[in-house]
Amino acid sequence: MTTALRLQVRRPAGGETELSLAVPSALEYVGPAVELIAVELPGGPLSARRIQFNFRTALAEALANAIAYGNRHDPDRLVQIRVEVGRDAVRLHVTDEGNGFNPADVPDPTRPDRLECEDGRGLFVLRHLVDQVAFNEKGNSVCLTLRAG
Amino acid sequence: MSFSVKKDKHGVVVVGVDGQLIVGNRQELKQKVLDAVDGGGKKFVIDFTKTGYIDSSGLGVLVSLSKKIREQGGDLRLCGLNEDLQTLFELTKLDTLFAITRTPEEALTAF
Repeated sequence: MTTALRLQVRRPAGGETELSLAVPSALEYVGPAVELIAVELPGGPLSARRIQFNFRTALAEALANAIAYGNRHDPDRLVQIRVEVGRDAVRLHVTDEGNGFNPADVPDPTRPDRLECEDGRGLFVLRHLVDQVAFNEKGNSVCLTLRAG
Repeated sequence: MSFSVKKDKHGVVVVGVDGQLIVGNRQELKQKVLDAVDGGGKKFVIDFTKTGYIDSSGLGVLVSLSKKIREQGGDLRLCGLNEDLQTLFELTKLDTLFAITRTPEEALTAF
């Protein structure tokens, strides 16, 4: 890792806390980026267990997908992460600079013929970790919602 | 995050995953296990007792290692999954692909 990650935290009075981070397109940044955000995530809407497992895993999945499939490991491209921490939910936005994709084209990794494939489980896992997965029309930005609990 | 590799008195290779198994460190785990396979190891246990989370890349590398070890006539078992990780294996149906035990001791006894 050659670039230092710089997390920005905004805590407006009475408003939602917002964390944002720009991540270079290299997979070695995934773990450090996830930890940097997870440890700064204010307690409140999510239990410690959901932060430990659901939040961390979902962020790692979305970030790795954005780096590998969105930005295609291009060192000139960044992945933007923005986390909105509200009273009722945490919304996690991950945006890459790629051309997007159609989530409907991703095959079910639990099909018997796909079970022994090494890749292809990311989106499936994401959908089970969070309460809502919403892509923008282009398919290069995903919003993951974890409701309070 | 780190991996520990130990061989028990019966030659079973026990790999501990401390922290997380994700896209950023999966190759390190893969290489450690493949080195042990090249060194003649046949029976493997991967212990997740100290593991917080595993992403889909981590799951993928376990699938790949399992295939490789089976091709060499060996066996890979998993143990120590917490409730969330166990659910992850069930959702992805990978619980049907791996022998999973609660503790390392149970995994070692099962060989």
